[in-house]
Amino acid sequence: MTLTRHVVAAVDEIAPGTSKVVDVNGRAIGIFNVNGEFFALLNRCPHAGAELCKGQIVGLVQSDGVGDYQLQRHDEFLRCPWHGWEFEIRTGQSYCDPRKTRIRKFDVKVEPGETLVKGPYRAETFAVSVEQNYLVIEA
Amino acid sequence: MNVATLNDARQRENAQRLTVIDCDIHPAPRSPADFLPHLTQHWQDHMQTFGAHVRQGLTGQEVHPRMMARGMRADAFPENGPAGSDLELMRHQHLDLNGVEYAMMIPLGASVLEERNPHYAAALSHAANEWQIATWIENDRRLKGAVIIPQEDVEASVKEIDKRAPDSRFRQIIMSPKPVEPLGRRRYWPIYEAACRAAFPIAFHPVLAGGGHPSSGIGWPTYYMQDHYTFGGLMQNIVASMVFEGVFEEFPDLKIVSVENGFAWVPNLCWRMDKHFDRMRAEVPHLKNKPSEYVRRNLWFTTQPMEETENPDHLRDIMGWIGWEKLLFSSDYPHWDFDDPRYAFRMHLTQQERAMIFRENARALYRL
Repeated sequence: MTLTRHVVAAVDEIAPGTSKVVDVNGRAIGIFNVNGEFFALLNRCPHAGAELCKGQIVGLVQSDGVGDYQLQRHDEFLRCPWHGWEFEIRTGQSYCDPRKTRIRKFDVKVEPGETLVKGPYRAETFAVSVEQNYLVIEA
Repeated sequence: MNVATLNDARQRENAQRLTVIDCDIHPAPRSPADFLPHLTQHWQDHMQTFGAHVRQGLTGQEVHPRMMARGMRADAFPENGPAGSDLELMRHQHLDLNGVEYAMMIPLGASVLEERNPHYAAALSHAANEWQIATWIENDRRLKGAVIIPQEDVEASVKEIDKRAPDSRFRQIIMSPKPVEPLGRRRYWPIYEAACRAAFPIAFHPVLAGGGHPSSGIGWPTYYMQDHYTFGGLMQNIVASMVFEGVFEEFPDLKIVSVENGFAWVPNLCWRMDKHFDRMRAEVPHLKNKPSEYVRRNLWFTTQPMEETENPDHLRDIMGWIGWEKLLFSSDYPHWDFDDPRYAFRMHLTQQERAMIFRENARALYRL
């Protein structure tokens, strides 16, 4: 299938930590600004069909033990507005099961997504590029 | 522009062909002031002067804060007011979209079920029932009312039930599963007698504040997640109390609906009760049947939030044990753990099983 390029928004329409849902040939796609980088997700949760992009943009809460709370990776995750599944905006991957992250407790650096345990769902992603201050997605 | 995908639209068509009777939706008042037109001048003044006396320190707060949106679907808030307070949005997001033929309302707003002052609780119950008619049922006949009662004041409860009995806009009674005393106690029996007289099932749905007891038997839970599992435990206590204290022996036609309390625990409880009954029945000689026989005869269970077993066949076994005729589909709209009818069942169901769970069991139970 040939992908078509669509100009969907001006860069300054979507500030860091925010998103915008656009219509691309009948499909609702959310464009996200994550700390200056842009990513796009289909506006549909793969778990139970919610309009995913109406969810809250959140960070990742990690812990090195009982009573320890560390909010990391600010604004890099999207929490579904229905059941609260968390998706990494960059990849669309859902993550769960904190065991893996707890094992690496002496490493306090920001963890790349691959060190978390992947959840069962993956939101559909689209490539986004910036051209002359406009956001272009391929869908 | 808001657009659904083609794939989504196709699935919606399928869902609509199925049609559902939803046994748990939550209409909410925009604020307690919505009840003012249905209160006498005295109780209007009382609400505005004193407010509610629910059984917790922080009125207007959840006992345990939720992860987001105060426990609601984050996309279910109208422009003004809380989730569930706008009929148009409810139609758009759920009733029309999911092919809902009838929806059983469980109004939890304004803490009527949790009011401590018994006289005010009776006035509020009446107001909440009038509000269901005026605000919801008269505007959408798919919505069916639930008679709210001030259950610790048994005499006032019976009066309210008797008054609503001839009104077909109401199809059941709702009670709090956090009572002051175990619900099998004789002092609550006039309520069960009135329910049988009116042919109303009684639904038990989780509420926030209790009748003065912590939600778990070992004290207040630390986290919301912990509190969430007290629903099943509370319902098991209620079932055991009603079974052993002879409620179903005295009222064989009483119909109890366990709403949002899970159901995978039902076989476990029944097996244990039956085992002990074989050995210790002398303590409860008034029981003429095995405990499990009362459960199978007198109880129904709604499906949301569905247990999700790793092997779907395990859940099928449990549902089969309880009885396919005893399970009622429920969505819990607009709460955060809403079950969408398209996705709620992740195992194979026959056409007949689907029809029973999604609508026919409810149609028979509520005479819809």
